[in-house]
Amino acid sequence: MGKTLAEKIISVSTKKDVYSGDVVLCDVDIVMAHDGTAPLAIEEMKKMGVDKVWDPNKVVLVIDHTSPSPSDRISNIHAMIRNFAKENNIPNLYDAGSGICHQLLIENHVIPFQIVIGGDSHTCTHGALCAFGTGMGSTDVAAIFAYGKTWLRVPETFKVEVAGPLQSYVYSKDIILQTTKEIGAAGATYKAIEFLGSTITNLNMDERFTLTNMAVEMGGKSGFIPVDNVTKKFLEGKGVRNIPEIKPDKDADYEREYLLEAEYIEPMVAVPPRVDNVKPVSEVEALELDQVFIGTCTNGRLSDLKTSAKILKKKKEKVKVRTIIGPASRNILIQAIQEGLIEVFLKYGAVIIPPGCGPCIGRHLGILGDGEVCLSTQNRNFKGRMGNPNAEIYLSSPATAVASAITGYITDPRSILE
Amino acid sequence: MKFKGKVWKFGNDVNTDEIISGKYKYDTLNINEIVKHTFEAIDPDFAEKVSKGDIIVAGGNFGCGSSREQAPLVIKQLGISTVIADFFARIFYRNAVNTGLPIIECPLSEKVDEGDILEVNFEEGSIKNLSKNESFEFRKLSMFMLDILEAGGLVNYLREKKGFPLK
Ligand code: SF4
Repeated sequence: MGKTLAEKIISVSTKKDVYSGDVVLCDVDIVMAHDGTAPLAIEEMKKMGVDKVWDPNKVVLVIDHTSPSPSDRISNIHAMIRNFAKENNIPNLYDAGSGICHQLLIENHVIPFQIVIGGDSHTCTHGALCAFGTGMGSTDVAAIFAYGKTWLRVPETFKVEVAGPLQSYVYSKDIILQTTKEIGAAGATYKAIEFLGSTITNLNMDERFTLTNMAVEMGGKSGFIPVDNVTKKFLEGKGVRNIPEIKPDKDADYEREYLLEAEYIEPMVAVPPRVDNVKPVSEVEALELDQVFIGTCTNGRLSDLKTSAKILKKKKEKVKVRTIIGPASRNILIQAIQEGLIEVFLKYGAVIIPPGCGPCIGRHLGILGDGEVCLSTQNRNFKGRMGNPNAEIYLSSPATAVASAITGYITDPRSILE
Repeated sequence: MKFKGKVWKFGNDVNTDEIISGKYKYDTLNINEIVKHTFEAIDPDFAEKVSKGDIIVAGGNFGCGSSREQAPLVIKQLGISTVIADFFARIFYRNAVNTGLPIIECPLSEKVDEGDILEVNFEEGSIKNLSKNESFEFRKLSMFMLDILEAGGLVNYLREKKGFPLK
């Protein structure tokens, strides 16, 4: 019987033929926890009666959610993570300013066929490299710290095929917002989502990660994209060679199939407080904004910054609302400096924050005031997400976000650029 | 495991930011300090109103959003005996089992009212609504999960078994 990508990856990892519905005990290749989830995992591991992690080389710790620390209490929690890394000789502790956990995993750790478990829901991002990435809570993470194992139920898969060319100023973020609208915020609960089709093949890796990053926004366990030449080039750039192409079998069994025609996808916006309340920008145009945020594990990569800077340069206008730019990692920030992007942002009035989650999680660096409206490139617009339940968060692509920053209200990038 | 308690009702898609806002979880590991903020975004007085043993009945996709384990922990800490939802978000489901919060998937959200008294039996997979004299059945949890819940969560389970079972 043919296999989906999820079935293939777990079969390779467990050296067994597995299909959806099977429950397997897996050896974990990478376990990641950050300053929001590591502290509890550390405590839980100790309560399990274990004092050392099973394999320090397979543990990745990241201080990204509230970093550099905004308070003395948080500093103490960060110190606990540093001590734990030291006591366990964990070489991969990424401290403040290194970047967002998922971006660091992509840049430095993840390769195809691995089982990657993160104490963070957006660990589904790593399916773009054909690793089985999924998020779990601190106790699951603690059990992996202690024993290197976890149980998984092999998920059923939804196939999302996207075909044809995208319109100009339409990006993978618009594809995933459209997909979320069709599937719904809970429509893919427990499922894997495979993104296939000619539009996907033409996306670069940065854009692909935006898609798989948001699989969990539909309840998904992980999002997957086949390994093709684009992936292989990306991996070779990191020194990973001899990776074969990885695709689902032709006769793989999908629970549901969706077909999106790229040419009909417009710049989209998710209207708060739901990520699946998605509308074409034209329907919410002219809504006044107080803040624009371009960054996060969804859209803080180099391509996103390039697109944003290009639009600012083309319009040659200063932003009319406070605009925060958060590069997803130190590497990305260095490249953005080398390519002159940061200078463009500063010249046109934006604020640059250190690589990390920034205002996405609502603890520092851009918390919204009562009644304020933000347009963000992040993945969630829940009530209170950016630290204030009386504020509203709209979601869009970086191009829509930067066009809106220039005008001060939600703006279709095509309307000011074409 | 058997529970009897009064129902509090919640709608669809209750997310982890609504259960316990992300802004509280970075400051402390002491669950008692943050428990008073449970469900604050939906009902600011909830933590004061509930009594030990009460039951939450919710619609679909309960616990969607982030992987924060504080979400089932604060619910458990409030004394809620069990959460019954039409279905749960995936990570919340795992986290609830792992932290020892008993949960049940059963479409009751349209069938019971706030304040009803329910009696739940996990071994039998049955729920009785004592206020309305109605009964419901639910799919029982796997033995592995029941074992974890009965141990009080994955920590106790692994401590007792000294690791995962081989099969
Ligand atoms: S950027 Fe936002 S969504 Fe991504 S890991 Fe950080 S807090 Fe989570």
